[in-house]
Amino acid sequence: MATQAYEAGRPEGSARRRLSAALWRRPWLRAVALLLPPLGWMAVFYLAALAVLFASAFWSIDSFTGKLTHTWTWDNFHTIFSDPTYRQIAFRTIWMAAAVTVTDAIVAFPFAYYMARIAGPRQRTLLFVLVLLPLWSSYLARIYAWRLILNHDGALNWTLGKLGLPAQGWAFTNTAMWIVFSYIWLPFMILPVYAALERIPDSYLEASRDLGARNWTTFRRVIVPLALPGIVAGSIFTFSLTLGDYITPSLVGNVDFIGNVIYRNVLGLTNNLPFAAAYATIPLAVMGLYLIVAKRLGAFEAL
Amino acid sequence: METRAARISLSVWTVAVVLFLWLPLVLICVYAFNSSNIQSWPIAGFTTKWFSSAWHDQEARDALVLSLKAAVLATSVALLLGTAAATAVARFRFFGRDAITFLLVLPIALPGVVTGIALNSFFGNNPVHHFNPGLMTIVIGHATFCIVIVYNNVVARLRRTQTSLTEASMDLGADGWQTFRFVTLPVVSTALVAEALLAFALSFDEVIVTTFTTSAENTLPIWILGNLRLKQQLPQMNVMVFFVIVMTVIPVAIAARLTRDTGILRRR
Repeated sequence: MATQAYEAGRPEGSARRRLSAALWRRPWLRAVALLLPPLGWMAVFYLAALAVLFASAFWSIDSFTGKLTHTWTWDNFHTIFSDPTYRQIAFRTIWMAAAVTVTDAIVAFPFAYYMARIAGPRQRTLLFVLVLLPLWSSYLARIYAWRLILNHDGALNWTLGKLGLPAQGWAFTNTAMWIVFSYIWLPFMILPVYAALERIPDSYLEASRDLGARNWTTFRRVIVPLALPGIVAGSIFTFSLTLGDYITPSLVGNVDFIGNVIYRNVLGLTNNLPFAAAYATIPLAVMGLYLIVAKRLGAFEAL
Repeated sequence: METRAARISLSVWTVAVVLFLWLPLVLICVYAFNSSNIQSWPIAGFTTKWFSSAWHDQEARDALVLSLKAAVLATSVALLLGTAAATAVARFRFFGRDAITFLLVLPIALPGVVTGIALNSFFGNNPVHHFNPGLMTIVIGHATFCIVIVYNNVVARLRRTQTSLTEASMDLGADGWQTFRFVTLPVVSTALVAEALLAFALSFDEVIVTTFTTSAENTLPIWILGNLRLKQQLPQMNVMVFFVIVMTVIPVAIAARLTRDTGILRRR
């Protein structure tokens, strides 16, 4: 390190040194230089993309030529709100997102509680990795695994048969979608709930006991309220990911979700980008509202 | 404070959840060795013949190569941009730092189809430049949602290191580049490697945004999705699914080890 610094002092390094000194004297210049590339990227490829998306929601498709017409119209939104099919699909998707969120919260809470408050340090690390790996492992593989499990001649019916129970026929139903969604997004709920529970100081629980609360009262009035931001943080993921998914419904379900309609209108036979853009504002608006509520419940600090 | 009964039921629940999370993954790996091309349970017999058949499948190979290219490029872009943003936010105080975090999180907080369709309509319909779908558009999409992964964890690492180190380096006569190279970089290097691995895993496996940014060329997940939909080449697909699981689990496991003290594996 010392040699490097010494070499840099020689004349050929002086231009770089002057630049370095100039940057050192002007912190704002360094901040701007660091921020310009990432913010530029996000502005061009993300914010501009969202802007084009919004604008195109008000365009239309010429029914003869199939070309985009760039005149301002509310027709797409009118169709969405007047056609019962699209309303039904939107409600179905939102309802599923809510069901999956509640299921994951119920499944995740006792697990996260065990991880944060009962497991020892080694066991906790192990459980952490056991949750983390499925979270990052292939999304398609996990959906496909359930398709094989739920199939008529799959592992679930085989197990049920061995146990002498009647076979299930959940393949390609809403039940299948509910199971698969709850499965793939479960780690997203466990991690923030765990983080919230882990942060509760033991002294709070002792104080609660000293003040005469029984275990159940402490749980209900101290632990659950303090874990709530974590649950809400997890629910942002489970809710948003379910709203925006069209792969799961197309692989294990038999009905359309918001995403399927969008997909078909952008890449499928229908080819009506403006309508897809207009329909995409529904999950966007729902998530916007959800994020506002979540922020009020303190979920952003728990992320 | 938990009673004995509560402790026992919680442990039973925990074991059940671990089984619920892992059995499907184990099962799908078993199917890669299924000797029959009918995918029922239990598998007909044990074979490794589909591995060579998948390896010699030209389409699968092309898909794998495209996936690797896209993941490496997207990871590189995300590393550069995410580190730059993280350094600025962790080292400088300025108005709007929260807004930057919010902006970077947006691509993964909003539903995947929204990001996908936004990029799709932008590439084809912006007034400035028409992007032809292909490797570049896939990389742009992936990099956009990978930046936040790098950003979050580099910010966490930088917040734990003291600025006095860089000040000392400058006082001893190092210039900005040398300070970065010999002081800052060693401090954040494990975080960077870990985030690169996570970004790679995320990109390598991405489907929803990719379907909206690719053309006729398939990435590996798109190839798998196509076969799943058409129910064709299932044995070869099982092998590729096995491979994708390995390719995503290994980097994440390494990343988890590298960041035991900070980042993704936080401890008390």
